[in-house]
Amino acid sequence: MLKHFISLEWKSFFRSASFKVNLFLKILMAIAAFFMLIYALGIGIGAYFLIEKYVDPDPLKIVNKFLIFYLVADLVMRYFLQKMPIVNIKPLLYLPLKKDQVVSFGIKKTMISFFNILHAFFFIPFSFVLIFKGGYDAFGVIGWHLAMLGLFYCNNFINIFVNNKDVVFYSVIGLVIAFAAMYYYNIFNITLFTQPIFQAFYNQPYLAIIPLALAFILYKTAFTYFRNNFYLDAGLAKKVSIAETDNMGWLDRFGSVSTFLKNDIKLIKRNKRSKTTVIMSVIFIFYGLLFFTNSIEMYNGPFWRVFAGIFVSGGFLFSFGQLVPSWDSAYYPLMMSQNIRYKEYLESKWYLMVIATVISTIIASFYLYFGWQAYVAVVVGAIYNIGVNSHVVLWGGAYIKTPIDLTSNKKAFGDKKAFNVKTLLLTIPKLILPIVIYAIGHFAHSDILGFALVAVAGVLGFLFKNKVFKIIEKIYKAEKYKTLEAYKQTN
Amino acid sequence: MITTSNLSKTYNGVTVLNIENLDIPKGQSFGLVGNNGAGKTTYFSLLLDLIQPSTGHIKNNDVLVNKSEDWKPFTSAFIDETFLIGYLTPEEYFYFIGELRNQTKEQVDTLLAQFEDFFHGEILNKKKYLRDLSKGNQKKAGIVAALIGNPEVIILDEPFANLDPTTQIRLKGIIKDLAQTKGVTVLVSSHDLMHVTDVCERIVVLEKGQIVKDLATNPATLKELEAHFSGTAEV
Repeated sequence: MLKHFISLEWKSFFRSASFKVNLFLKILMAIAAFFMLIYALGIGIGAYFLIEKYVDPDPLKIVNKFLIFYLVADLVMRYFLQKMPIVNIKPLLYLPLKKDQVVSFGIKKTMISFFNILHAFFFIPFSFVLIFKGGYDAFGVIGWHLAMLGLFYCNNFINIFVNNKDVVFYSVIGLVIAFAAMYYYNIFNITLFTQPIFQAFYNQPYLAIIPLALAFILYKTAFTYFRNNFYLDAGLAKKVSIAETDNMGWLDRFGSVSTFLKNDIKLIKRNKRSKTTVIMSVIFIFYGLLFFTNSIEMYNGPFWRVFAGIFVSGGFLFSFGQLVPSWDSAYYPLMMSQNIRYKEYLESKWYLMVIATVISTIIASFYLYFGWQAYVAVVVGAIYNIGVNSHVVLWGGAYIKTPIDLTSNKKAFGDKKAFNVKTLLLTIPKLILPIVIYAIGHFAHSDILGFALVAVAGVLGFLFKNKVFKIIEKIYKAEKYKTLEAYKQTN
Repeated sequence: MITTSNLSKTYNGVTVLNIENLDIPKGQSFGLVGNNGAGKTTYFSLLLDLIQPSTGHIKNNDVLVNKSEDWKPFTSAFIDETFLIGYLTPEEYFYFIGELRNQTKEQVDTLLAQFEDFFHGEILNKKKYLRDLSKGNQKKAGIVAALIGNPEVIILDEPFANLDPTTQIRLKGIIKDLAQTKGVTVLVSSHDLMHVTDVCERIVVLEKGQIVKDLATNPATLKELEAHFSGTAEV
């Protein structure tokens, strides 16, 4: 039976539309994953010696102290990046398979994911070093190690749950950020309470049974939850929402583009996937805080300002624009057979990105608090985003032929993250060029010239808008048939 | 109105459609029948420039469909649910299509009023998005949307499938009316021989991508078609 499931998974992976189109990206991602593993391995071995030498002679104590934040960071990373395994459940419902088997396979599959294996690369070498180099009690370390194993699997199963409940997730995150801030400003130190707990697993190794049991209970709960909802009208049912109508007459001033603009705004408002995108872009506005508060030493270089400026103003542009025209993938044949000019279609998306960029820039005016350079970087970034990146993003979109399931919450184990590694990778070329331009100005004269050059590049791009749109239009037309073909594949 | 010459479509060396010559005059109600894989949807997709022909071309009102887009203003279609925008309400969807076809809201409303019967109170003002409607109701919305803006050519793929009997009968009335009194060229494909013979003046049978029969409908047509398809079943 397991053999059947595995072969189904194997086929759905290698036969998916995105796999063929993005082989190059897959290779890049594999390389990135490889390096992450190497780093984790290096940290696992090196951490002990580094902490012992520079921080504290008892590395286990230090690790235990920060473990709470490590666990939460892991949960956040999982939430955004770990895709819930999609066992295509519906077709299996009618077949003579035991429901228990289908559900347990779906959940167990998450246990061997990259996100669990990654931690093994840290904890296994670290534990070995503890025993053989640090002279820690072997029995205690094994107990501690097993406890960690249990805790990370708890995270794994918790993630399955919170994947269905955004409210739970955001409130947990809010709480943890509050604790972290209180720790940072010495108001309240949560690690004083959590550190002894983790330490206890070493001192009393048999306590490891608690997290392991907890992981098992969570597994069972996840199992029962999905097992009980394994019906077309329960867990696998579509949520029917009450429709709201909105004429959005205020958009009529945009003329012929307004038809599409209205549609795009409805698209964003009424679909879960696109809503996530908007939330992401709001988070990007605060991304600059990392750079401008001087809290991270590495980011103090002048180039990082431009980098931050582009991200702060362009969060929406990147996360939404990246996936034009995939947002319309569900009804692309309609668009292609209707009386539509590509120019208007693209222009509406462009307006949307420009409006969002301008709004982000206005919200970001609080960066003035960190000095005029900070806000100038944001404004210059916005100009560059509007002038150049908006075009690059639309252009790149023509080649991304991944259909988007707007209502992805109809699958119990559905992949619902708008934010994925692929889109992040594509962001890189759009960021390096402005940094290079800034660097030229910065070294030739001063930071003012650097900012001016980036802004000029943006204005130039804006002046060539019509020309660039013609080129993009041509590419869209050339790619039309391939795109239609790829969108037919919904999985 | 629609001229097809030397049209073929080949996938990996397999020819799925090969039509040497097919002329559909203006105002004809044209029916396409054939078993699965006969090439009906392929032909309609070629007609809408959703796929590229391997050889030959289709001219719609003297416009080469795979070269120019000028056929779009007077042609409309409903092929499948990929022609619906799931997150819109039916009304919004109709107005959206209307705007694309240069119709005012009032014009769309007038048109919709004629189809109150057809909708059977299940489409309009239901406070539901298209994606939450049943398959049959989605189809009704899609078919009516294809009638917005006085198109001269209407293409409907399997319009009778998934519809309830009452709606099937009403749809037949609508199609007949379009061709006979409004001079619209209607292209319909179907697996239901009875419905096509009821509705279409002319019926073409496709088999493995080839035209094997081209009949002007008369009282004997249904018998002839039934004989043909039971014959193929025996072979």
